[in-house]
Amino acid sequence: MPTVLILGAGSDMAVAIAREFAGNKYDIQLAARNKASLSPLEQDLRIRYGVESSTYAFDATDFNSHPAFYNALTVKPDITIAVFGYLGSQEKGQADWNEASRILHTNYTGAVSILNIVAEDYATRGTGTIVGISSVAGERGRQSNYLYGSAKAGFTAYLSGLRNRLFHKGVHVLSVQPGFVYTRMTENLKLPPLLTAQPQDVARDIYRAVKAKKNQIYTRWFWRYIMLIIKSIPEFMFKKLKL
Amino acid sequence: MEKRLANWGNYPAIACDESTFSQDEQVQDFISSHSAVIARGNGRCYGDASLAQYSVSTLKYDKVLAFDTTNGVFECQSGITLDQILDIIVPKGWFLPVTPGTKFITVGGAVASDVHGKNHHVDGSFSGHIIEMDVITGNQDTVTCSAEKEPDLFWATCGGMGLTGIITRVKFGLKKIDTAYIRQKQIKAKNLEDLIRLFEEYKDYTYSMAWIDCLQKGDSFGRGILIVGEHATPGELNEQQRKAPLHLTAKRKLSMPFNLPSFTLNTLTVKAFNWLYYLKNTKREINNVIPYEPFFYPLDAILHWNRGYGKAGFVQYQFVLPLEKKEGLVAILKKISDAGLGSFLAVLKVFGKQDSLISFPMEGYTLALDFPVRKGLFEFLDQLDEIVLQYGGRLYLSKDARMKQEVFWQSYPNAQKFAEIIKKYNGKKLFRSVQSDRLLLTQ
Ligand SMILES: Cc1cc2nc3c(=O)[nH]c(=O)nc-3n(C[C@H](O)[C@H](O)[C@H](O)COP(=O)(O)OP(=O)(O)OC[C@H]3O[C@@H](n4cnc5c(N)ncnc54)[C@H](O)[C@@H]3O)c2cc1C
Repeated sequence: MPTVLILGAGSDMAVAIAREFAGNKYDIQLAARNKASLSPLEQDLRIRYGVESSTYAFDATDFNSHPAFYNALTVKPDITIAVFGYLGSQEKGQADWNEASRILHTNYTGAVSILNIVAEDYATRGTGTIVGISSVAGERGRQSNYLYGSAKAGFTAYLSGLRNRLFHKGVHVLSVQPGFVYTRMTENLKLPPLLTAQPQDVARDIYRAVKAKKNQIYTRWFWRYIMLIIKSIPEFMFKKLKL
Repeated sequence: MEKRLANWGNYPAIACDESTFSQDEQVQDFISSHSAVIARGNGRCYGDASLAQYSVSTLKYDKVLAFDTTNGVFECQSGITLDQILDIIVPKGWFLPVTPGTKFITVGGAVASDVHGKNHHVDGSFSGHIIEMDVITGNQDTVTCSAEKEPDLFWATCGGMGLTGIITRVKFGLKKIDTAYIRQKQIKAKNLEDLIRLFEEYKDYTYSMAWIDCLQKGDSFGRGILIVGEHATPGELNEQQRKAPLHLTAKRKLSMPFNLPSFTLNTLTVKAFNWLYYLKNTKREINNVIPYEPFFYPLDAILHWNRGYGKAGFVQYQFVLPLEKKEGLVAILKKISDAGLGSFLAVLKVFGKQDSLISFPMEGYTLALDFPVRKGLFEFLDQLDEIVLQYGGRLYLSKDARMKQEVFWQSYPNAQKFAEIIKKYNGKKLFRSVQSDRLLLTQ
């Protein structure tokens, strides 16, 4: 059976992605900071879907540990999905570098650090799929979350460069730009119900996009059009908006 | 985020802050900084039992932890729904020991209401099949309990409507089946007397319940259909079914897209519905073999059928009367038919013996009726409560949205004992619901 590695497997989005792939008969490797907390999901995937699953400790911001983490995987994954992210607090981050650096390092540097390693392996093998979960927040900076947004913007650019390079080596890179999703990360925010997706919807979109070898998807699909409009507002007007 | 929440009856709706969790520690953190917290499963209780200022949704706490396919033992987190469990266990030849009339409830909800099924007279209620469970109590620790270990916590949690704390893990026994089908028998009864006689005649069946047309008067008073069933053996299946006896083909579900205006459900339409339902069975007796889903969960095929009662919502009135008090049943049905207050669904069932602390079932007859909320309804139901009290019966907390506190305290013999155990585990009244405040259990 093919194997999927999920980096940042503790989140609601990751649980939905793991179940979507396991339901389609993929073995699942789960990695997150707190390895012990992953064991209920590990059992769940085995019992529900009859696939193999395993758990690993992985900390996105502990860059030095990344080579050893990847080398220790006895089965190298066919698909690697970077789901981890940290929304943090924009307001706190403006005044407190610890918060700002955590936002930047989790969403950008940490992602680059681990995916560089995965990319080298896939390039050598001439096969594999890398999926990066970025965000529509990375499409244009807004006063309410530009720390998070800028890190995701960097990640989006990284993924498109990686795609360009690895295309020539037979490796598929998919960038995913989710809009609002109901997760623990967002449950204290007021989200517009019509525009907000369930994690399962996002997971299904990702599975289909992997199968169809898509380059980039917005999920839900209408975010592509919403972002098109947001991106086309001239800067002199945009700066006056309170977004 | 604050939103308006209501349970299945859409009455009452209250402003509520709902949070989710995926680890025990997150619940412990949450309750250390909040009060007026109640666990919420899939909101399939009818009234106000899982409503509070802060509700803790268990729906993301839904992992299967172990499944012993040899001995039929299942262990899971509390937020998994029965629907998901059936998908896992039926293909392996196992079934839920007890299931209510909808599979869209969580395991936590099954324990907190100590749900009963069509097999109560044979297999008892859900609590009888629990091997052990974990509860996060008001003292903020996780306590493992069972009938032997911390029995006071265990018995106050089974049927305890979330007032001892948040159930996080449940381990329970399953029932062996050879096929995913039910051999069903439907028998028409021309009146209540006939129906009760049939119940007695067919009491050896594992599953039984009856539907009553409660608007009939005179000779047809209480006419209905008795439905009994057994898990089918492979030999009873037809050729098509026998190809994969434990697998069902998926069906599409219909959904009620919005609330119907309430005038669609008046006495006339209910009468027409009941009349059609009764006449649809043209023969006195029908025997067939059907998939388990339409047998156990006929209403689940129409998602959100509750919206059919309109915006004001509805209440379900479910009571139980001791076995020897059949005349109470007649008195209540008479009152309903005289008042012309119709009910789409009137479901009658016989419970077997059960002695538990605070769970609803007791040996006797239980009847469940739906009433759309409208002016004068609650006064009418207060009158029914008096009859229930008079005959030594009680109401199901999981369906209740309006019972007066004295009715609860008079009809549940262990109410005082229950209140004391709640004090021990939830002394700071951290866990409380609109219902528990109404019944003076946590106020
Ligand atoms: C169509 C229909 C048919 C039904 N048929 C039957 C039937 O035949 N027999 C029967 O017994 N019931 C029946 N019910 C009622 C239903 O089974 C119960 O109300 C059940 O408790 C609902 O579970 P839930 O997961 O939706 O929980 P909720 O409705 O959200 O909560 C119900 C109660 O359980 C508590 N609770 C939920 N999860 C937890 C937890 N993890 N820890 C502590 N407390 C918790 C809540 O606080 C609340 O008091 C029916 C309901 C419907 C809608």
